[in-house]
Amino acid sequence: MMALGLLSLIILACLLAPYYASSIAHENPFVSNVQGSITLGGKTVSVLQPSTVGFGVTPIGPTWHFSTYFLGADPQGRDVFARLLYGGRDSLFIGFSSAVICCFFATALGMVAGYFGGVVDWIVSRLFDIIWAFPVYLLAISLSVILLTSGLNVGFIHIQPGSLVLPILIIASVYIPYVGRPVRGLVMTLREREFIQAAIGSGASDWRILRRDVFPNVAPTVIVFFPMMVAFNMLTESALSFLSIGVQPPNASWGTIINDGLDLLYTRPWVSIAPGIGIVLTCAALNLLGDGVRDAFDPKAKLRGGA
Amino acid sequence: MKHSFTSWVRAGAAAALISSAGLIGSSAASAAGVTYQPAHAGGTLHLLATGAGGTLDPQVNYTLQYWQLYQATYDGLVTFQKVGGTPSFTVVPDLATALPVVSNGGLTYTFTLRKGIKFANGAPVTVNDVKATFERLFKVSNPNAGTWYNVIKGGDACVKTPATCSLSGVSVNAATNTVTFTLVHQDAEFLDQMAVPFGAILPASTPAKDQGSTPVPGTGAYMFKSYDPNKSLVMVRNPYFKVWSSAAQPQGYPNEIDETFGQTVENEVTAVENGQADWVFDPLPADRLQEVSTKYAKQINVHTLTANWYLPMNMNIAPFNNLKARQAVEYAVDKNAAVTLDGGTQLATPTCTILPANFPGHVNNCVYNKGTGATYAGPDLAKAKALVKASGTYGMKVSLVAQNDTVDYNEGQYVVSVLNAIGYKATLKPLSQNIEFNYIQDTKNKVQISLTQWFQDYPAASDFINVLLSCANFHKGSPNSINISGMCVPSIDAKMQQAEKLMITNPVAGNKLWGQIDTQIMQQYAPWVTLFNPRLIDFTSKRVGNYNFSLEFYMYVDQLWLK
Repeated sequence: MMALGLLSLIILACLLAPYYASSIAHENPFVSNVQGSITLGGKTVSVLQPSTVGFGVTPIGPTWHFSTYFLGADPQGRDVFARLLYGGRDSLFIGFSSAVICCFFATALGMVAGYFGGVVDWIVSRLFDIIWAFPVYLLAISLSVILLTSGLNVGFIHIQPGSLVLPILIIASVYIPYVGRPVRGLVMTLREREFIQAAIGSGASDWRILRRDVFPNVAPTVIVFFPMMVAFNMLTESALSFLSIGVQPPNASWGTIINDGLDLLYTRPWVSIAPGIGIVLTCAALNLLGDGVRDAFDPKAKLRGGA
Repeated sequence: MKHSFTSWVRAGAAAALISSAGLIGSSAASAAGVTYQPAHAGGTLHLLATGAGGTLDPQVNYTLQYWQLYQATYDGLVTFQKVGGTPSFTVVPDLATALPVVSNGGLTYTFTLRKGIKFANGAPVTVNDVKATFERLFKVSNPNAGTWYNVIKGGDACVKTPATCSLSGVSVNAATNTVTFTLVHQDAEFLDQMAVPFGAILPASTPAKDQGSTPVPGTGAYMFKSYDPNKSLVMVRNPYFKVWSSAAQPQGYPNEIDETFGQTVENEVTAVENGQADWVFDPLPADRLQEVSTKYAKQINVHTLTANWYLPMNMNIAPFNNLKARQAVEYAVDKNAAVTLDGGTQLATPTCTILPANFPGHVNNCVYNKGTGATYAGPDLAKAKALVKASGTYGMKVSLVAQNDTVDYNEGQYVVSVLNAIGYKATLKPLSQNIEFNYIQDTKNKVQISLTQWFQDYPAASDFINVLLSCANFHKGSPNSINISGMCVPSIDAKMQQAEKLMITNPVAGNKLWGQIDTQIMQQYAPWVTLFNPRLIDFTSKRVGNYNFSLEFYMYVDQLWLK
C-alpha cells in the first residue's frame, strides 16, 4: 500500500507540472533563460551568476522556496524543479506506454507460440532469440542512434525524430522477449492441462480457447510483470536520455536532467541528484508494487517464501 | 582553420594591431626550443580530448586539434616560426634552405630544398616529393584547393579533374635540388598558405586518397605511431629526425605524446588537477572555471583568440534560403547570452562581424541588434518575429547541428530555444566533434543551421571572408565544403578578388575594402550569426614546464617539459 501511495504521489506531482510552472514558479521550463534574473531577499540576482573570483558562470542554487527556483537553475537558466516535474511526466509516460506495448505484444506472441507450437513457435522463438542475443542497452542505443536522426518512416507510419513515440517503441521492442518467453513457457504448460484438452476435444475454436481459457490463466503473470517492466523501461529511458539519444531537448525527462546537471556536479549537484532520487523512488515503488501484486495473485508464494 | 603568412609588411601590421589591442596572452614571447635543454627531455605527455579530430591526413584535416600536433610531425618548405608571441606569425624557411627567390613580377617562387632530410619511414625527401605533395592536395580534395592552391599554374584544371592532376606550375630540378612554383597571378598570401599544414611535404608514394586513421610519414621531430579515433593517438620521436632549424622544427622534449579520447571534459579537468594527465584540449566546463582559475591559477594561461563562434545558415534550403528568415535569426539571438554560456565576459566578447575584433580589415559595425550603434546592444525579438512572419517561414521545422561537448551543446540548446521563440519548430541534433565539422559541410546532410567555430589560419581578412564565403569553397555533396552556408554571390566574389589584388600593392586600402565587404555581406546576405570572439584557457598539469604559446598554432605541445 505504501508503494502504491508513493507512486500515486509522484504521479500526481508530475501531473501538476503545468500548474506549478505557470501558477507558482511563473517560469517556462522549456525556454532558455540565460540572461534572466530573479528577486531574492529583496535583491535582483542573475539566474546564471558570473564568478566574483576567477572565471566562469554558475547557475543559482536551490532557494528552497517553491515560488522561485526551488532546486535552482540548470545551465540554460531554467527552473530545475519545474523541469523535474515535467521530466517525470515524460519518464512515467514513456515507462507506462512502452510497458503496455511491450506486455501486449509479448503476451500475444508468447500465447500464439506456446499454444500452436511447431513452425509458429519456431519463428516466434527465433525472433525472441535474435532480440535477446543483443545486450538490451546496446540494442536500444543502436536503434535510438539510427532513428534519432531520420525518424521512423515505414509505409504509412511517419514518426518525427524528436517524437516521444520513438523511445516508447524502441524500449517496448527490446524488452518483448523478457515477457514473451515466460508467457510462452506458461502457455506450453497450460496447453497440456486437462481443461484445455477438453476444450479442444469439444471442438472449441483456437481463438476461443486462447481468449477464454488461456488468457485468464496468463493474465496474472503479465500483471505481475507489468510494474516491473514500467520500472525497467523508465531506467532504460533515463539511460538513453542521459546519453542524449532518448528524449530530445527542450523536452525533459529525468535522464536528460541528470545529463544537464552532469557539468554542474561540483557546484550544483542538486540538478542531477533530484531526478536521480525521482528515478530511485519511482522504480522502488514499482518493484514493491509488483511484489504486492504477485502476493495478491499467489498468496501461497508468500507462505512458501516464509517457510 | 577550424584554424596560418608572407607579406612581411602585412604581417608586421597585423602583429602591431593585435599587440596594441592587448591581445597577447600571458605567455612570454620567449622562443620555444631556441636553446634546447636536454636535462628536461623525456617522459610521456598525456593530452586529453573528448573526441578525436577526424582524419589524420594533414592535407585534409582542417582542425586546430590536429594542426597543433602537426607542428611537431610535419614540415613544409616554409613554416611559421616556432616561437612565442607575435613573432610566431613570421614565415621562416623549413625544408627549404631559405625563403624563396621571387621573380617574374611576383609570379615565380624558387625554393632550394635542404639535403639529407628523411621522412619518418627512412626515405629521403626529394624535389619529386614536393611536386607530388602539391598535386595530391587536389587529388584528395583539400578544403582550400580551389581557393588557395589553384593560384599555382594548372591548379584550376586540377580542381576540375583532381584524379589526373598534373601541376604545370610546379617544376623541379633534381640536379640543383630546386622547386619552382609559377603562379597565375600575384598572391600576397602564397607563403602563408604554404606554411600551414596543408603544405606539409609528404612522400610521393602517399596514396592519393584521404588516409583517415593511417598515419602518413612526415619529417618532424615526432611521428604518429598509432591512431584510433575512438580511443587514442600516440606520437613518438621520429628516429630519422635531426634538427636543421630550431626556428622551424625544434627538437621536442617528451619522448612520447599521447592524446586520449572519450572522457567527459569534467573528468579531463579532474585528471589534470590530480596530475593524471597534462592538458585539456576542450573548452573548460563552466562550473569548473572558478575552481581552476583560483585553486590552480599557476597552471592556467589565458589568450585572446582571433576566432569566431558562429551559426552558419544554409542559404540554399528552407527556411534560410529566405533573407528575411536569416535576418530574423540575426535579430533574435542574444550574443550576450552566448557569451554567458561560454563562461562569461572574461572568456568571450560578443561580435557582429565576420572579421574578429582587432583583426586586419575589421570594422566595428553591428547591423542586427536592438540599438543603432556600432556596438552590440542586445537582441530585438519583436523585429525577429515580424521578419519570420514576413518571410512566410513561420512554423517550419528547423534542426540545428552542434557538437556534443559541454559548451557547444549548451549554446545549441539556447539557440534552439530562441528559434522556437520566434516561431520555428526547432530541434537540436548534437553530434560528436569527431564528425560534426565534416557533417555540417556536406550538402547531402541538408543541414539548415549549425554551430561552429573558425580560427584564423593566418592574420589576413581573406582567411575569413574568402575562405568561408566564396563560391570556390562551396562544393556540393562534399564533406570538405568550408563555405558552410553555401553563399555564392559572383559580385561579392569579384570584390574579394579585387581586395586580394589590392593587398599586394596597398595593404591599407586592401584591408579597408575587406571591411566594406564584411559589412556588405552581413547587411545584404546575412549568411551567419556571429556570436563571439573567444578567449582560450590552457590548463596544464603541475609537472608541466616551458609553456610557450604561438598566436598561429597555440601551445607547442612538443616543447613542454615534464621534468
